[in-house]
Amino acid sequence: MDKSFLAYLAVMALITYLIRALPLVLVKKKIGGRFLHSFLYYVPYVCLAAMTFPAILTATGSYVSGAAAFAVALLAAVCRRGMFTVALLACLAAFLTGLL
Amino acid sequence: MARQEQKNSIFFQGAKDGVPVALGYFAVSFAFGVMAAEGGLSVLQAVLLSLLNVTSAGQFAGLNVILAGGALAEIALTQIVINLRYALMSLTISQRLPEKTGVPLRLGMAYAVTDEIFALDAAYPAPLETRYHFGAMCTAVPGWVLGTALGAFAGSILPDNVLSALSVALYGMFLAIIIPPARESRVLAGVILLAMFVSTLFSVLPVLKDITTGFSVVLITVSVSALAALLFPVKEDASPGEDGLRAPGEDLRAAEDGGKGASHG
Repeated sequence: MDKSFLAYLAVMALITYLIRALPLVLVKKKIGGRFLHSFLYYVPYVCLAAMTFPAILTATGSYVSGAAAFAVALLAAVCRRGMFTVALLACLAAFLTGLL
Repeated sequence: MARQEQKNSIFFQGAKDGVPVALGYFAVSFAFGVMAAEGGLSVLQAVLLSLLNVTSAGQFAGLNVILAGGALAEIALTQIVINLRYALMSLTISQRLPEKTGVPLRLGMAYAVTDEIFALDAAYPAPLETRYHFGAMCTAVPGWVLGTALGAFAGSILPDNVLSALSVALYGMFLAIIIPPARESRVLAGVILLAMFVSTLFSVLPVLKDITTGFSVVLITVSVSALAALLFPVKEDASPGEDGLRAPGEDLRAAEDGGKGASHG
């Protein structure tokens, strides 16, 4: 394996790991204050919502199957189906509309 | 003894919840493997990238720099910008852990702070158990690495339409995590809608759409969460996420399939 690939690999892996490890190791104490507390409460929702939409619409390469997957997953999630079921239904919706 | 059994069951719960993540990962990393092989990397090189980074957007961007023969500084900068969101996720995870959790365990957890495992951790009722995270890691990460290997080794093994259909799996999982609690709270529903709206702006508006996806996630998460925290502060005594995200545990599954566990079989 050539040296330049190993250099790229090392730089990528090291930086990515440090980004993940530093907050876990450096911020062990609970952060006080109502604002920061509330901020951290909202982070997962906002982050996951922003990553899902509109990315799901373009994930399959077709807006139609992407939109179908989104609609079906949303409906299943509203009906409180579990993660695996929702994920599977989204895939099925994308696959079936992709056949059209 | 009973205590040990309980600890094991938390680990296995994590491993079980990691299965849909592994399936979604498989599709994405398969595509990564195909791209890496087409670009001239060996199967081993592609696998090493996946094993040591475990990041989708970061790896695709990194691969582009590698194939173009870019500078090391360029690849470093790309990774910082795209993967900065993990710092926010690690911070949130750290706040959900018991303070006494030791440094070695934290360093081990850091390896697999990914969008999806973060989603699982956030859905686990606080305080977060480290063994839940490790359980999820044990099923999810092999999915990521195996998908890469197969994609690089035999890119044509799966038809395109199956692969593209599988690529929505992870988004479905995210929705299953954030939507049910939003049914209980109009504020949460509004915050989620706002996040999706702002994220849409970032994908269509000039200037904004030129920002790398990974970094725009950071900008959106910080700004929308800060706004929500200002307008709708949560009760001081609730620990982060404690009363928010639904646990991916038994009760949900039981309600779903009459306790037969068929949904993850």
